[in-house]
Amino acid sequence: MPVAAKSAASEKSTARGPGKDQAGAGAAAISILSREDEIKAYRAMLLIRRFEEKAGQLYGMGLIGGFCHLYIGQEAVVIGMGMAIAEGDQVITAYRDHGHMLASGMDPKGVMAELTGRRSGYSKGKGGSMHMFSTEKNFYGGHGIVGAQVSLGTGIAFANCYRDNGRVCLTYFGDGAANQGQVYESFNMAELWKLPVVYVIENNKYAMGTSVDRSSAQTDFSKRGLSFNIPGERVDGMDVRAVKAAGEKAVAFARAGNGPCILEMMTYRYRGHSMSDPAKYRPKDEVEKVRAEHDPIEMVRTRLIGEKRASEDELKKIDAEVRSIINEAADFASHEPEPDPAELYADVTR
Amino acid sequence: MPIEVLMPALSPTMEKGNLAKWVKNEGDKVKSGDVIAEIETDKATMEVEAVDEGTLGKILVPAGTQDVAVNTPIALILVDGESAKDLSAQPKAKLAPAPKSAPKPQPQPAKAPAPAATIAALPDVAVPEAPSEEVPAGTEMVTMTVREALRDAMAEEMRRDKDVFVIGEEVAEYQGAYKVTQGLLQEFGAKRVVDTPITEHGFAGLGVGAAFAGLKPIVEFMTWNFAMQAIDQIVNSAAKTSYMSGGQVSCSIVFRGPNGPAARVAAQHSQDYSAWFAHIPGLKVIAPYSAADAKGLLKAAIRDPNPVIFLENEILYGKSFPVPKLDDFVLPIGKARIARAGKDVTLVGWSIGMNYALQAAEELAKNGIEAEVIDLRTLRPMDIETVIASVKKTARCVTVSEGWPQSGIGAEIASRIMEEAFDWLDAPIERVTGKDVPMPYAANLEKLALPSVAEVVEAARAVCYR
Repeated sequence: MPVAAKSAASEKSTARGPGKDQAGAGAAAISILSREDEIKAYRAMLLIRRFEEKAGQLYGMGLIGGFCHLYIGQEAVVIGMGMAIAEGDQVITAYRDHGHMLASGMDPKGVMAELTGRRSGYSKGKGGSMHMFSTEKNFYGGHGIVGAQVSLGTGIAFANCYRDNGRVCLTYFGDGAANQGQVYESFNMAELWKLPVVYVIENNKYAMGTSVDRSSAQTDFSKRGLSFNIPGERVDGMDVRAVKAAGEKAVAFARAGNGPCILEMMTYRYRGHSMSDPAKYRPKDEVEKVRAEHDPIEMVRTRLIGEKRASEDELKKIDAEVRSIINEAADFASHEPEPDPAELYADVTR
Repeated sequence: MPIEVLMPALSPTMEKGNLAKWVKNEGDKVKSGDVIAEIETDKATMEVEAVDEGTLGKILVPAGTQDVAVNTPIALILVDGESAKDLSAQPKAKLAPAPKSAPKPQPQPAKAPAPAATIAALPDVAVPEAPSEEVPAGTEMVTMTVREALRDAMAEEMRRDKDVFVIGEEVAEYQGAYKVTQGLLQEFGAKRVVDTPITEHGFAGLGVGAAFAGLKPIVEFMTWNFAMQAIDQIVNSAAKTSYMSGGQVSCSIVFRGPNGPAARVAAQHSQDYSAWFAHIPGLKVIAPYSAADAKGLLKAAIRDPNPVIFLENEILYGKSFPVPKLDDFVLPIGKARIARAGKDVTLVGWSIGMNYALQAAEELAKNGIEAEVIDLRTLRPMDIETVIASVKKTARCVTVSEGWPQSGIGAEIASRIMEEAFDWLDAPIERVTGKDVPMPYAANLEKLALPSVAEVVEAARAVCYR
């Protein structure tokens, strides 16, 4: 689609990317959040944390089945990026998707009810943890095949370009998916046609049980687009301020018709790959260290209190509100009826 | 003795072409590699190069001649020491011409004299078919090839709906690897006729994503063989997302391209994927035979809100059929067509399988067996009701396809008849299929690997016990 190329930057250098005006890879790119934004981020991240803890609990009780991949530890990525996009921008990701759904504004009740396989779930109980969608909230899944969402997200960006609607598609994938072939097929087309897509690589250091060092010849994923002239930036994915700052620049870059860019979010998952993973491939103190020193939620909390931008009481009130929303969602999801048997044959074709 | 220059074939399936122009004139010196003429078909244009050195002695086929059969002598080249007077001498062909395509199948001799164009042996005259109820009486019919019908279907739908676009390898500037998208770039521009890199997995996924976002992509695979690179996106993303999203996300997309054995392209380019895709809930699968069905069903496929697999056939691209001249000719997906009425045996075909079935029906009629020939047209959803109704009348059934036997469409049809019309059967169902081997290259082996009209006739006689 050569005509789609707008005022594309013609320089071959990768230095044209967003954020490269900053010294270093994102380290300096931290914007100070307003009190309102910081509290909003705290609450939103906490909602994901509590939701995931509850999902883990319901899984243990046998109310959630199959695969269940928890997002605990990575909350700052989706919340920071969520603060960087505009109304109408789309989001697509793989199977560790509960956080992305909540960040997109989907109802925790509907998400939890899908996890428990009930008729009020977002997919009427037919998708489960890995396959949920909300066209209303511009959330396009929820995909269980590692890497498939990268081509799909590129296609959503193609549609944006085709319609010239000014929207940007955030296409999330992990360090594991980054080694799939179709990722590079997509990079090539996205840059060739200057598609408005931001590739957000959530590098949580492990593809299931295989560490980045054991799986990847190039472990700096922000450089994975270099041969396609796609600019990339490494971002502290545990710091919601850094994510938001890098996200805003990347989204603006893509929206302006400059084509795709890559944000590598350095993050960490506290839990195993899925509920059935005891995570014996990494030392326990590695997890503890991140938890103690670099927890995305605790960092915001400490800052808010330390800078006296919020009181303990105020934050406790938020904690209670979030807990109540999650308890209500869990209660709803545990008591909703299962899908009607007639649902078995519905929605196969339209 | 002068050397004959023969009409060359641009492709294994070409039988004739036009001599567009002579680049050299009689009396001109030529050396090997010199372009001496240009020939063309509806698909492509090619320069004819001299292989021998000498003088162009005589032009046998003048420029502008249409429908020159492959291997016809088109010029004589005089070699060193020869002069015009040698032109009267009996020319010696440089190569033994390949035998003409056999219109009727016959057992292949153990040692074939030369490579033969086998499966391209389509009759020029369309086998008479039952009149269709889908076309209003008195409608003017125009003759066009399947290739043109497909192009017209896409063009009409693109005019009708700005969300429809074509994407794939060589669909735009090259005008289609098989010229199916000819002229679309010129009419609709590069935004809607999109050349991709060679990246099937990637552009199939991109197409599905665009469909999730509400566009209506027509994704062309240069051949379905290459779609194996993309089958995950077709099956896991396109086919399942409506269901997995509880009906929220639709995927209105057409994947199309030539399917099944072509001619002399061997195992990796000769495979019928009918059964592969017909297996998948969430997909619709169409495999038309005639140009009219190709047009009416492709238009329906583009409008359908579901992912549709549209299996074309390279051998059929150049075959002409009458097509109704209507402003908007759309056929229903999932309806079989009785192509020929009969009472003695039911022959079920689709795509190029119809070619064997209809010719076999002609043969059988000469022996007093009236075959009813059903063109399934759509493989999923399958119109088994039409087949069952026919079998209840004939009590006998033969399925015809080029695909492999195990777990094939023929096996599915046999199974469904067994389930729904067992008591009406007077004989076991026979399947005529491609042989259970990867497609060989050698002409004689290729012919053996494919089904034949003779096999269909034999199977029909067997189930009729005649």
